[in-house]
Amino acid sequence: MSIRGKAHIAGAYEHPDRKIPDKSIAQVHAEVAVGALADAGLSMSDVDAYFCASDAPGFGAISMADYLGLRRLRYVDSTETGGSSYLVHVGHAAAAIAQRKCRVALITLAGLPRSQKPPRSSGSAAAPEAAFEQPFGPTTVSMYALAARRHMYEYGTTSAQLAAIKVAASRHAQHNPNAMLRTPVTVEEVLESPMISDPLRRLDCCVISDGGGALVVVAPEVAASLPRQTVKVLGHGESPKLTDNGRIDLTYTGAVWSGPRAFAEAGVTAGDIDYASIYDSFTITVLQTIEDLGFCQKGKGGAFVADGSLEAPHGRLPFNTDGGGLCNNHPVNRGGMTKVIEAVRQLRGEANAPVQVPDCEIALAHGNGGSLGTRSAAATLILGREDA
Amino acid sequence: MSAPPPPAPAPPAAPAPLPAPAPPVNPETKEFWAATAQGRLLLKRCLDCGSVIWYPRAICPECSSMRTEWFQARGRGRVYSYTINYRTEGAYQDAAPIVLAYVELDEGPRVMTNIVGAGQADLAVGLPVEVVFHDTGDGSALPRFRPAAPGAQAAS
Repeated sequence: MSIRGKAHIAGAYEHPDRKIPDKSIAQVHAEVAVGALADAGLSMSDVDAYFCASDAPGFGAISMADYLGLRRLRYVDSTETGGSSYLVHVGHAAAAIAQRKCRVALITLAGLPRSQKPPRSSGSAAAPEAAFEQPFGPTTVSMYALAARRHMYEYGTTSAQLAAIKVAASRHAQHNPNAMLRTPVTVEEVLESPMISDPLRRLDCCVISDGGGALVVVAPEVAASLPRQTVKVLGHGESPKLTDNGRIDLTYTGAVWSGPRAFAEAGVTAGDIDYASIYDSFTITVLQTIEDLGFCQKGKGGAFVADGSLEAPHGRLPFNTDGGGLCNNHPVNRGGMTKVIEAVRQLRGEANAPVQVPDCEIALAHGNGGSLGTRSAAATLILGREDA
Repeated sequence: MSAPPPPAPAPPAAPAPLPAPAPPVNPETKEFWAATAQGRLLLKRCLDCGSVIWYPRAICPECSSMRTEWFQARGRGRVYSYTINYRTEGAYQDAAPIVLAYVELDEGPRVMTNIVGAGQADLAVGLPVEVVFHDTGDGSALPRFRPAAPGAQAAS
C-alpha cells in the first residue's frame, strides 16, 4: 500500500531557543509538542499516536506520553535511527494513518547538549562492534573526515568545494533571526578555520544546540477540517547502510536506496524537486547525499555545489534555507526534525522571504543518522503542497 | 646536614605514547583478544561458504552459518582512508593529534585502526602498512599499523 497523499503534516514547530540552561529535557519536549499542535489547530487530547526516539527521557515513548498527558494513544513508535529518526517517524506515522491505526500522530525531539554537556558516546560497550572500533578513539568528526578523505581520493573532491556548502548555508542563515550563526562566510574563511580532523575544519561542522522541534501528522479528513494549510506526505524511503562484513565503502550513503524508494512512492523524480532539506551534520554529508539522491552524477557533487547550485531562491537545488545544521540549529545533535520543518515552511510559503522558493510545490527532506564512517540510517521524505 | 643531591637531569623529551584503552571482551571474542596479546592478528572464516568475516562474530553475515573458525592474518594491508584528528576525546584527550584509519587487509576486510610511526607527509590512501600490537595492560593488545618495511610486500 502506498502512503501517497494518505497523510498530511498539519503542524510543525521549531523551538526558537538554541541555548536553554533553565529547563528540563521533558519540558522542552512539552514546549515543542504544544507548539506543533497549536500550529495545526489541534490539542493534546486529539493525539492518538506518539512517536519519539532516544532523546526522549525515560522508558521508550511511554514516559513522555505519561508526562504529556496523552491519554488516548492507540499507536506508539520509538524507532531509533539517530538523526534521521524523525523522518522515519513521519513515514511510519503516514503508514499507520493509511492503515487507519491512528489519525493524529505527534512526533517530538528535544534535548540540551549545549547546556548539560552530557558525556559524548558513540555507542554502548555492549554493541557487538564496540571492541573493534572504540579503542582506536573514533570521534564524530573524525569518522566523517574518513569519509571525506576517501571521497576526495576517489573523485578529486576538494576542501574548497566542501566549503561552498557552508557558504550557501550561511547566506541563508543571515535571514533567520533564530539562527545560531547569522554572519555569511566565504570559502576562504571556511578554509582558514581551525582543522578539527583533517580534512574537516571547524566550519565544515554543524552547530551544537539545545532545543528541539515537533510535527503533527494527520489523516486527510482531519487535515480537511483544519484552518491551516497542510502539507501532503507523498513518499518515504528508509535504508540502513551497514559496514557489510568488512566491505565498508565510505563514498556513498544509504540515500542511494532511500531516495529511489521515496521518489517511486511519490511518483516524482529528482528533477521535480523545488526545494531540498539535506542532512548537514558536516559538509561532506551534504555532498555525498546530493549525489546519492541523483541531483548530480556520483562523484560530481563538488562541481555541483561550487557553482552556487544550493543557494536560494534561484539555485538549481535550493537547500536548507533556514541555515541548516551548519548555521541555524542541530538540536540534540540530530538534524532530521529541522529538515522536515523547513520543508514544511517552504511548501506553505512561510520560509524567510529572501529565501522562499517561488511557487514551491514539491520538496524533499533527507536525514542520515549514525555515522558515515561506520553504520548509518538514511531516510527520505517527499512532501507536496496541498494542491500537489 | 649535607646538601640535597642535585636534581637529576631531565630525560630527553619523548613523544607521548599513544594510549591503548582496553576493549570490552566477551566469550564470542576472547580468542581474538588473547591472540593479540601474543602478537597474532586473527580473523574468522566461515566453514560453509568460505567468506572471511569482519568484525569477528559467531554468525557468518554472508550465509548465516554458525560454523566459523579462526585463522591468522598476515598482518599486512593498505590504508583505505585516514584522518589526522586534532580534537581527540576520552582516553585520547591529551594524545592529539592521532591518526584514525581504515586499513584494507590483504585478506579483504577493511578494519578500523590507528596508523603509528608515519610522518604526516608519509600518510596516504594506499600506503602499505603492517600490524603492530600495543599492550592494553588487560590481557589484550590493540592491533595498529605502521608503514610496511620497504620490500616487505614484494618479499612475502
